[in-house]
Amino acid sequence: MIEIKDLHKSYIMGKNSLHVLKGINFSVQEGELVAIMGSSGSGKSTLLNILGMLDVLDEGSYSLDNVPIKNLNETKAAQYRNKFLGFVFQSFNLINYKTALENVALPLYYQRVGRKERNVKALRYLEQVGLKEWASHLPSELSGGQKQRVAIARAMAAEPKVLLADEPTGALDSKTSYEVMDLIQKINDSGNTILIVTHEPDIANMCKRVVHLKDGVIVEDKKITQVRASQYVK
Amino acid sequence: MLSRDNWKEIFDTIKKNKLRTFLSGFTVALGIFIFVVLFGFGNGLINTFDDFFGDDATNVFFVFPGKTTKPYKGYKSNRQIEFDNSDLADIEKNFTMFLEYTTPRITRGALVKYNNESNNYTTRAVAPAHQFAEKTIVMKGRFLNQEDIKNKTKYAVIGRLVEKDLFGNKNPIGEYIDIGGSAYMVIGVFQDEGGDNEERYIYIPYTTRQLIEKNTDKIDQIIVGFRPEIGYVGAMAFDKSLDRFIRDKKNISPEDQSGIFIRNVADQLKQNQQFARVLQIIVAFVAFGTIIAGIIGISNIMVFVVKERTKELGIRKALGATPRSVISTILLESVFITTFSGFTGMLAGIGLLSSMGEKLEDFFITNPFIDLGTAIFATFILILFGAIAGYIPAKRAANIKPIVALRDE
Repeated sequence: MIEIKDLHKSYIMGKNSLHVLKGINFSVQEGELVAIMGSSGSGKSTLLNILGMLDVLDEGSYSLDNVPIKNLNETKAAQYRNKFLGFVFQSFNLINYKTALENVALPLYYQRVGRKERNVKALRYLEQVGLKEWASHLPSELSGGQKQRVAIARAMAAEPKVLLADEPTGALDSKTSYEVMDLIQKINDSGNTILIVTHEPDIANMCKRVVHLKDGVIVEDKKITQVRASQYVK
Repeated sequence: MLSRDNWKEIFDTIKKNKLRTFLSGFTVALGIFIFVVLFGFGNGLINTFDDFFGDDATNVFFVFPGKTTKPYKGYKSNRQIEFDNSDLADIEKNFTMFLEYTTPRITRGALVKYNNESNNYTTRAVAPAHQFAEKTIVMKGRFLNQEDIKNKTKYAVIGRLVEKDLFGNKNPIGEYIDIGGSAYMVIGVFQDEGGDNEERYIYIPYTTRQLIEKNTDKIDQIIVGFRPEIGYVGAMAFDKSLDRFIRDKKNISPEDQSGIFIRNVADQLKQNQQFARVLQIIVAFVAFGTIIAGIIGISNIMVFVVKERTKELGIRKALGATPRSVISTILLESVFITTFSGFTGMLAGIGLLSSMGEKLEDFFITNPFIDLGTAIFATFILILFGAIAGYIPAKRAANIKPIVALRDE
């Protein structure tokens, strides 16, 4: 699903150049649930941003679902993001003047799905994350966990090939974190490929594979036995 | 780009961001409103100037005799110049190619009586052509004609207000009135756009007046109507040679400022119109200034709007919004708001102008108006520049990497 070869990325800050990713080789198969771990500054978010076409790579190659991702203009990148990827952010990034339903329907709007069909679909995804009753509420009326579930529903609504989550539990307490992880595991169970950036070991242990990043290189990449989040959720 | 879905999205955004919508809308509406009102006032000013002259013909000279202040050709100074019938005939003979008509005018006050009603009015003893010089409009009966002049008839054409005062609702035609001791038959009633005073005159044949005054041939004033085809330049040349001709005939020094006076209506009108035009240019300049201020205002708001929405745009881009759709989201919203509020401001301005009417006449503004073309043009300019002003920050926002936009707090 994801193929990365010899990926380099630097940020230029004034006269200094900061070499963040120093040759990453990495591939993900369909249906995997991968945790990318590392301390702050290890380059894990940068990697995720490049995977998400939110940022561009300097060197190396990246292909997604056998489509080479290079030299994309913004329009093409936007179309690929819309078609291939769903995002979940630490700070939820819901549009605050739109209701939960409208937020979930937004990627479908950019896929040019008709209004009625869009709302039917969006409501189905909200139901999947258990927030059907909250469809007409604004994000400000939702709790942190609920917001993140809306964000996950939104990411899923476009039926992406890969779901990218950047510290999805970073702003949540542990109970809510487990609820969100339970949801992510269930989505993965139904065959979706998911990448999670996290620095919390217990979250990483709920994935099927953990990739450790340190100073811009992969230091460890192992398959683990998944800890089910459902046992913590009552 | 203009699908119903798109519009729904834009309306949603407008509805849910009321302050932003109000700010940009208000700026535009106010700009157009002030422009329309100022421009209308400028036109009102011109109307006032036109009204001053509108009731009289403009192809006319009024020639008045005065008192000389310089000795000339053996004549002493301080000599009263007088016109008589021969002057009229000489002017007609010498300036045939310029002339359309001439008429004398002898002005006298008189007590006028009819039955038990009486009042003081001004009588003007004139020739038939006087009707053209004053643009007198005959409402009933007829004006004086050449036969009246020849036969020195005791006929009178009275103003609308004279009729009202003396006759009330009664038809005055054929009735006899007493003017300064002699009876005149009323043969016509006239109106004049020059206002109430102009409608309190009584016109009688000048020959009749001269007969009453011991069969004199003196004339107070000569009114000369020239052919409009000779134009402004021709009128100025005619003015000069007429002046020279009369001075020569009456032995008035060419340097004497007060021997005779020629009031050149065309020249005065032109000067006043130029003054009005200059005023209007100044007003238009200020009005365009408000449009520019409106454009700057809307530009500032657009920059602010894009800044405020940076994060939202980042989210939209992460969800698959193309740069084009980001630009169209911002731009269509801005164009919609400026169009709507622009036309609202325009209509409010036009409404104010038309409700104004004559209320500001004391300030020399009569019937202020703006032609719809100018108003719509100005509105479109504001919309256009509002769109351009919105496009630049929108374009920049569309090109921000989503990752940068998402980081924006």
